[in-house]
Amino acid sequence: MANEDKPKAPQEGDGQGIPAPTGAANLIDTDYVIGQDNIKSNKFGIDFDLHGKVFMFSALIILIFVVLTLALPEQMGPLFSGAKGWLTGNLSWVFLFSANIFVLLTVVLIFTPLGKVRLGGSDAKPDFSYAGWFAMLFAAGMGIGLMFYGVAEPLTHFSTSLEGSSWAPLGGAQGDTNGAISLGMAATIYHWGLHPWATYAVVALALALFSFNKGLPLTMRSVFYPVLGERIWGWPGHVIDILAVFATLFGLATSLGLGATQASAGLHYLFDIPNNNVTMVVLIIGITLVALGSVVAGVDKGVQRLSQLNMGLAILLLFFVIAVGPTLAIATGFFDNLLSYLKNLPALANPFGREDSDFVGGWTAFYWAWWISWSPFVGMFIARVSRGRTVREFLIAVLLVPMLVSVLWMTAFGSTAIEQLTSGFEGAKNAADELQLFEMLGQLPLSAITSFVGIVLVMVFFITSSDSGSLVIDSITSGGKVDAPKPQRIFWALLEGFIAIALLLGGGLEALQAAVLSTGLPFALILLVACYSIVKGLMSEPRG
Amino acid sequence: MFQHIMVPVDLAHLDTLKPALDTAADLACHYAATITYVGITTSAPGSVARTPDEYRQKLELFTERRHAVHGRPVSARVYHSPDPIANLNDLLVNAVEDVGADLVIMATHLPKHIDLIIPANGGTLASRTSASIFLVRARQGT
Repeated sequence: MANEDKPKAPQEGDGQGIPAPTGAANLIDTDYVIGQDNIKSNKFGIDFDLHGKVFMFSALIILIFVVLTLALPEQMGPLFSGAKGWLTGNLSWVFLFSANIFVLLTVVLIFTPLGKVRLGGSDAKPDFSYAGWFAMLFAAGMGIGLMFYGVAEPLTHFSTSLEGSSWAPLGGAQGDTNGAISLGMAATIYHWGLHPWATYAVVALALALFSFNKGLPLTMRSVFYPVLGERIWGWPGHVIDILAVFATLFGLATSLGLGATQASAGLHYLFDIPNNNVTMVVLIIGITLVALGSVVAGVDKGVQRLSQLNMGLAILLLFFVIAVGPTLAIATGFFDNLLSYLKNLPALANPFGREDSDFVGGWTAFYWAWWISWSPFVGMFIARVSRGRTVREFLIAVLLVPMLVSVLWMTAFGSTAIEQLTSGFEGAKNAADELQLFEMLGQLPLSAITSFVGIVLVMVFFITSSDSGSLVIDSITSGGKVDAPKPQRIFWALLEGFIAIALLLGGGLEALQAAVLSTGLPFALILLVACYSIVKGLMSEPRG
Repeated sequence: MFQHIMVPVDLAHLDTLKPALDTAADLACHYAATITYVGITTSAPGSVARTPDEYRQKLELFTERRHAVHGRPVSARVYHSPDPIANLNDLLVNAVEDVGADLVIMATHLPKHIDLIIPANGGTLASRTSASIFLVRARQGT
C-alpha cells in the first residue's frame, strides 16, 4: 500500500489527552498510564504482562514464606501464631474500633445524597443482573464460613452463655436457656452480620469509586490517591499491593488446605472414604482444576455460573432445613434474633473496658482480623462486578441484604441445632467443628442427600473463592489491568493449589493462616484511610 | 465478492495490527466494501483508555484516520465487558452478527504450543460464524 499511515497508540502523547467522559464522572488528572511499569514478554510462546516490582517481590516473599514455613516448622509456627495471639489479644480494640467505623460510614452513606452517585459514571449500566451479582457477592464473601459455622457457632455461644463460662459473650446468661439462646444468636449474627460486610463494602466501594469513576487502576494502591497523590505509583503503592497479594494468596491457599482437611473429614463421616493425605490432595487437585476451568471461562461464564449454582443449592438446603426443622421456631426466631442482635449490638461492639476478654480476643478480634485480611480480595472482586450500580444500591446489596441472609441462615441452622441440643441430642455439640453441620442434618429426614449437598456446597464455595481470588491476584500483579494474558490467571490458580498441597504435606497451614491474620492490622489502618478516601472521592462526584 | 469487512482492533497493539489493517484497506478498495473497526475493551480502566467512553472516542478517531488512508466508508463499534480476555470469542461472534460482516480480517500470531489449551481466536471465529475469515500474520520481527 502506497498510502501508509502510522497511527500511534493513543496513550503515546498524540495530543488527545484524556477526553472528559460523557455523562460519566470526575476523572483524576494523572499522567500515569495503566501498565506503564509492566514487563511484557513472550517467553516460551506464553504471553505475559506483569507489573515488574509487584510481581517479583510478591513472588519472592511468597517463596520465602513457604520455604521457611516448611524448613523451620518449629520456629515459624510459634512465631506466626504468637504474632496472631498478641494482635488479637492486645490490639483487639483496634479491630473492634475500626470495624465500627466501617459500619457507621457505610450505613450513613446509604441515607445521604452521596448514595446517589453511580459507580462508573452517571450513564453507566450494570454489567451483571441482580441474581448473578448477588450470587457472586455472597459466594466470594463468606459462603464457606456459613457452611462450617452455621451450626458450630450458635451452639458454642449458646453453651458457653448457659454455662456462664469465661468464653461467653457479654458474661453469658448462666442457667437461663432463653437468655442463652438470645445472647448466643446475637453474638453469632454480630460476627456474620453488618461488621464483616461493612469491612468488605469499604474496600469494594473505595476501589470501585477510584477505578470506575476516577479512572485509576483496579488495584489497592488506587484507594490511597487522596492521601499519597502521585506517590502511589512508587514504592508506597507497591508495598500496599504486595501486602494485598500476600494476604490474598496465602488466605486462599491456607483456606484451601484447611478446607480440604475439613471436606475430607466430612467425606469420611458420610461415605467412609479414608481421611488421609491422599484424599486431601485429590480434593485440592480437583478443586484447583475446576477453579482453573472457571478462571479460563472468565467472570461471566465461570465465576458467575458457579456462584449461581452454589446459591441455588444453598437456598435449597436452607429451605429444606426451615421446612423439616422447627419451622415455627425459625420463623419467630428470625425476628427475635434480629432484635436481640440489634439490642446487644452496642455492648458487643464496644471496643473498650470489656469484661469478656476471652470472647472479644478469641472470637470477635479473630474474626475481624480475618475479615479485614480477606477484604482486599473480596473487596476487589466485589468492586470488579459492581460497575453501574449506585452507591446506595451497592451498599444495600453488599451490607443489608447479606446481613438479613446471614440472620436467616444462622437462625435456621443454629435454632435447629440448639433445639436438638435442648431436646437431649448432644451429637452436634460434641462433634468437631467441621462435622457439626452433618451431625445436625443427620437428625433430619433425607440426611444422606442433604449431607451430600452440604459437601458439594463446601467444595463449590472453595472453587468460587479460588477462581475469584486468582483473578484478583492477577489484576494486582498486572498493575491493575483486568485484561492481562490468560496464562497469568492460570499460573495463580495453579500456584495456589501447589502451595496448599505443599503446606498440607509439609505442615504449616495453620502457621501461615496465622501470618495472614497478622496482616489484618496493617489492613485495618489501610481501610481507615479508605473510609476517608471514599468520602473525599464521593464529594467530588456528580449525583443522580 | 465482499460487501462488509469487519476488522477487530486492539488499540494497545497497533504495531502488530498493521499488516491486517493494510490487507483490509486493499481488499475494501478492491471489492468496494465498507469496513467496520471493532474494539473490545474492559469496563475497568485500562492502558488504552480510562473509561469505555474514552475508548470509544479513541476508536472513532482511529477509524477516521483509516478512512483518510483508504477512502472507503468506515464505522466503529465498541463492545465492553468486565472480563474481555475470557469473553473475546463470544464478543467477536456477536460483533460479526451485529455488523453483518461477510469477511473478517484479523491479525494472528504464529502457532504456539499454548494454542492447544487456549485456541487462537481466528479459528474459533471461523467455526462459529458464517463469515469468511482472513488471518494475517504480523511481519517477522514486529
